[in-house]
Amino acid sequence: MKSLKFLLPLGLFVVLALFLGAGLKLNPREVPSPLIGKPAPEFKLALLHEPERTVSRQDLLGKVWILNVWASWCVACREEHPDWVAFARANNSVLIYGLNYKDKRPDGLGWLQRLGNPYQASLYDLDGRLGIDFGVYGVPETFVIDRQGVIRYKHIGPVTAEVLRDKIAPLVKSLQT
Amino acid sequence: MNPADVGQRPWRRLPVLLSLVLTLLMAVAVPAWAGEAAPASEDPALEKRVMAIAAELRCLVCQNQTIADSHAELAIDLRNQVRDMLRKGQSQEEIVAYMTARYGDFVLYRPPLKESTAMLWFGPALLLIGGVVGLVVVLRRRARLPDDSFEPDELDLTEEASAPRSARPAP
Repeated sequence: MKSLKFLLPLGLFVVLALFLGAGLKLNPREVPSPLIGKPAPEFKLALLHEPERTVSRQDLLGKVWILNVWASWCVACREEHPDWVAFARANNSVLIYGLNYKDKRPDGLGWLQRLGNPYQASLYDLDGRLGIDFGVYGVPETFVIDRQGVIRYKHIGPVTAEVLRDKIAPLVKSLQT
Repeated sequence: MNPADVGQRPWRRLPVLLSLVLTLLMAVAVPAWAGEAAPASEDPALEKRVMAIAAELRCLVCQNQTIADSHAELAIDLRNQVRDMLRKGQSQEEIVAYMTARYGDFVLYRPPLKESTAMLWFGPALLLIGGVVGLVVVLRRRARLPDDSFEPDELDLTEEASAPRSARPAP
């Protein structure tokens, strides 16, 4: 027993290294959202393309839909955008709504015209109020909302083709059936 | 005025120097004023309450700052939200509950005491107690050991070791 005592510091080091190593793998930007499993916030917002038309939470009840928060000033949104365009093309049955977050209307419209519009429609959130209600703190963010209007999934930061294929698409499919 | 003249009467330069120093000081001071956040409402009492609550909330964009300190857009929006809610007569608890409902416990600079945060609250104290207990145990065990279980003092050794060092030739 006594002869093994010299291993004690090594053991302590290994434990410490494991903890620190696990800590390195955590992404501090990914704060777990308290909204998952909770009803999506109430909203009634004008559309980006048709300012005179509004869409509310009630309008979307009974449907599974994706909310993708984006802005023309957001660099990471540009990064994920081609994946959304491809995803929308491949999954016609999936409802994707955009939330144009704190953007100027002409900028947002121009951005979609240039890069393609994967959205059924984009809600226009000029002052970021709905963004706060959805707990948005970094654009882009993506939510999946079920038929009952409950938030089932949240992705922070740009989605990748893999996330769309392996997480979001199967989830939407399972919620739709 | 020729330079020799000034050399004889150095006080003549004083007003020039003084105004130069003042100008420099103003150049430094004015941006410092401008940099301080202008209160968004005329009511200093309300603003004080906004800032007091904002100082309890973490900015999620720049996570080591409170939303009172941060200049991030989201922090400004959230301060405005706090201000609006205070104007509507809502209490600090209601505002904090509103923020936690959207951003989770993570927005609180003082995490609440619950199961998932127990380690955070008690971990340091447990470590300290463990350390003290360990130290006491080791010291007691050592105090009970007979003298011959320790190595003799190394006084002689160190004297020998330091001898050659002092004899080292000066560079």
